[in-house]
Amino acid sequence: MSGDAIVAAGLVKSFGATKALDGLELSVRTGEVHGFLGPNGAGKSTTIRILLGLLRADGGTVRVLDGDPWGQATELHRKLAYVPGDVTLWPNLSGGEVIDLLGRMRGGLDKRRRDAWLERFDLDPRKKGRSYSKGNRQKVALVAALASDVPLLLLDEPTSGLDPLMEEVFREAIAEEKRRGDRTVLLSSHILSEVEALCDRVTIIREGRTVESGTLAELRHLTRTTIKAEVSGDVNGLAELPGVHDLVTDGRSIRFDVDTASLDPAMRALTAAGLTSLVSQPPTLEELFLRHYGDEVRVPAVVAP
Amino acid sequence: MKMVRLILRRDRVLMPIWVLFIGLVPLSYVSAINGLFPTAPQRQSYADLSAHNAGFVALYGRLHGSSLGELVAWRGGFIPIVIAIVAVLTVIRHTRTEEEAGRRELLGSTVVGRHAGLAAAVLTTAVACLLLGVVLAVGLTGQDLPASGAWALGMSMAMAGWIGVGIAAVAAQLTTGAGGARGIAMGVIAAAFVVRMVGDIASLGSNGLSWLTWVSPLGWLEAIRPFGANQWWPVLVLVGLTVLLTALAAALSARRDVGSGLLPARLGPASAGPALRSPFGLAWRLHRGLLAGWTIGFAVLGIVMGYLASSVGDLVNDSKEMAQVFARLGGAQGLIDNYLASVTSLFGLVASAYGIQAALRMRGEEAGGRLEPVLATAAGRTRWAASHLVFALLGPAVVLLASGLTMGLAHGLNVHDVGGQLPGVLAGAVVQLPAVWVLASIAVLFFGVLPRASMAAWVALVLCMVLSLVGPAVRLDQWLLDLSPFTHVPHLPGGAANALPVVVLVVIAAVLAAGGLAGWRRRDVTA
Ligand SMILES: Nc1ncnc2c1ncn2[C@@H]1O[C@H](COP(=O)(O)OP(=O)(O)O)[C@@H](O)[C@H]1O
Ligand SMILES: [Mg+2]
Repeated sequence: MSGDAIVAAGLVKSFGATKALDGLELSVRTGEVHGFLGPNGAGKSTTIRILLGLLRADGGTVRVLDGDPWGQATELHRKLAYVPGDVTLWPNLSGGEVIDLLGRMRGGLDKRRRDAWLERFDLDPRKKGRSYSKGNRQKVALVAALASDVPLLLLDEPTSGLDPLMEEVFREAIAEEKRRGDRTVLLSSHILSEVEALCDRVTIIREGRTVESGTLAELRHLTRTTIKAEVSGDVNGLAELPGVHDLVTDGRSIRFDVDTASLDPAMRALTAAGLTSLVSQPPTLEELFLRHYGDEVRVPAVVAP
Repeated sequence: MKMVRLILRRDRVLMPIWVLFIGLVPLSYVSAINGLFPTAPQRQSYADLSAHNAGFVALYGRLHGSSLGELVAWRGGFIPIVIAIVAVLTVIRHTRTEEEAGRRELLGSTVVGRHAGLAAAVLTTAVACLLLGVVLAVGLTGQDLPASGAWALGMSMAMAGWIGVGIAAVAAQLTTGAGGARGIAMGVIAAAFVVRMVGDIASLGSNGLSWLTWVSPLGWLEAIRPFGANQWWPVLVLVGLTVLLTALAAALSARRDVGSGLLPARLGPASAGPALRSPFGLAWRLHRGLLAGWTIGFAVLGIVMGYLASSVGDLVNDSKEMAQVFARLGGAQGLIDNYLASVTSLFGLVASAYGIQAALRMRGEEAGGRLEPVLATAAGRTRWAASHLVFALLGPAVVLLASGLTMGLAHGLNVHDVGGQLPGVLAGAVVQLPAVWVLASIAVLFFGVLPRASMAAWVALVLCMVLSLVGPAVRLDQWLLDLSPFTHVPHLPGGAANALPVVVLVVIAAVLAAGGLAGWRRRDVTA
């Protein structure tokens, strides 16, 4: 096996007049957790469906685990698990039945891990599909995927229905998968901070094209945190720091944006002046696009975490 | 109002077509009947014969007079069922199907109130049915039939649609999926039809079951008696029933969340049983309730219809002058065979509704988003589709066998001749299967090639019903009648058993289904 679990090059896919993918590039190395980032409608789900052989690309090449996802779908699917962005379940099947069914059709699942994850996600497996909330349906799919012993996980916005507590459990889960070291995870999201917290490498897409790809360190230049602070004394040297932008001082209140690389000196300058209150806001993906690509994001802005 | 406009826009082609088409069909009866029986005595003798033909009475209801208008209204006796079905499909299309696709949630969260979606669907469909009635009434008046009767018939057709609207509105609140709601509503209409049919057939003999007619709303429809008594009170009763059902639906809608159903959810097992491990295991879980329901329904229907069969023969002995006429038709046994063959062909039409419903489960799974996680496992597209096809093709076989067996047994026991009667009746039921397969395969073809137009399979069934039940009366050209697979099914018992058309139908069904599967293997999975 080569070093890459997923390689997609020049992917093109149109739905009638809509061009969902327009030359998308994606490569995911074996054993890493890869963030797949893009605003709503960027083409994340479409890409993942192509990786699963649910859609056929109009152009470009795709390899998943060294196989052709369209022609060798059945074999490949023994080695991967998928969590859709919007999980719907059969109204008459219980959550536990769905988890077992999906696991068995994939080639088996680890009973011990299944029960452990049910416990940690606080999910009642006896409830019928029709009575689960969106978040609980998402958990059913997550447990089914996490309990399978497969080398590749494809997760399409898996936290979109989870409350903050369960989002935390999910982050622990991914952290554990990472520690196991034998699992490759592709995690799509439109929330920058989520991907920052979990992923080794990130691919950012926009309107069906890849705009950035690399390790988080390489992408640090993209992220800029907004700081609002109140100080008791005078702040010195903040305006001269290279990574500080849009500084506004209003009496004791200070507001500015700072590049991640300059976060440390900026905070030093603030504490030296006697910090009394501090709010920091990570950048949203929309802001990032606005700043770096001059993008007017048409989709309604998503609430930042 | 915004929602009404939305519905009108989405249905701007379909709705005018069915309103005009169904509204105008009975007009063609006028010239057809006039051509066949130009004089009053001719009409009288046709009416005498028909009023006692159990097969006719089963399909069209009771005939009370022999005027041209009454004959037209009576021959159109199956049209109300078609209208009710169309109304059901329309209402559910604009409530649950929409909700499943998530569109309703989008609208529901904005300005549009909770009930608006339901209200708009009910209102639009009810007005369309009313228009259909007006088209019919005006058309018949234009053909020089008495205006009072024309309007009574028009309004009885409109009321048939309204019953469908009310039933669909309630059914849409009960289940989580559009498919389930459609199934419940169709089941209720089928039950209303069967009850009306049994009551009417019983009224021919002396079975004491004729009161059943009054249990069914379709029986009240019959009580309007257009061109005869021209009763208007049943119209009022049916308006009341529709208002009641709609109010019930609104009350239920207030109590449920968008996207969920009302039937209570019980707890299930915490882990899956050993059978739930493959696409077939899943298909069995999804289809078993449907299969059981249809099988029981058909078995009961078979018992009732078989039990009534011998009373059809009694008619011959009832009246001396009729006996001569009937003798030409083959005497008592000929009459009974004719009745049994009519009933089995009706079974065939209804069983195709099941075949289509089962085949379209595939589309329901796909559109509902439940297919993607399954195909993302090692299930395989062909294996998954084959698991559903087992039920779409063999399910109707089970159902037809059950009805043939019970009908043959009930009739055979009744006349103390099980050995003589059972094989013929059973053959009559089973021989419908190839035609049923053709319709189920049309659904498979649509699923594989034009998934978003899968509903058109129902249109195919409605067309077959129109061709089989209405076509001969309006003397459609033979090539048109030949389009329906049911035209080619041998009439058993009694008729000639010819293997060729049966074989041809099987081949056509196989080609259609294979085409559907080939399309399915090549196409994208789409919501
Ligand atoms: N089945 C489909 N039919 C038509 N358009 C689609 C379909 N699936 C996706 N699209 C369109 O393709 C684009 C990309 O969608 P998607 O891949 O779902 O984006 P994301 O998952 O990044 O939010 C969007 O403009 C969407 O409207
Ligand atoms: Mg998506």
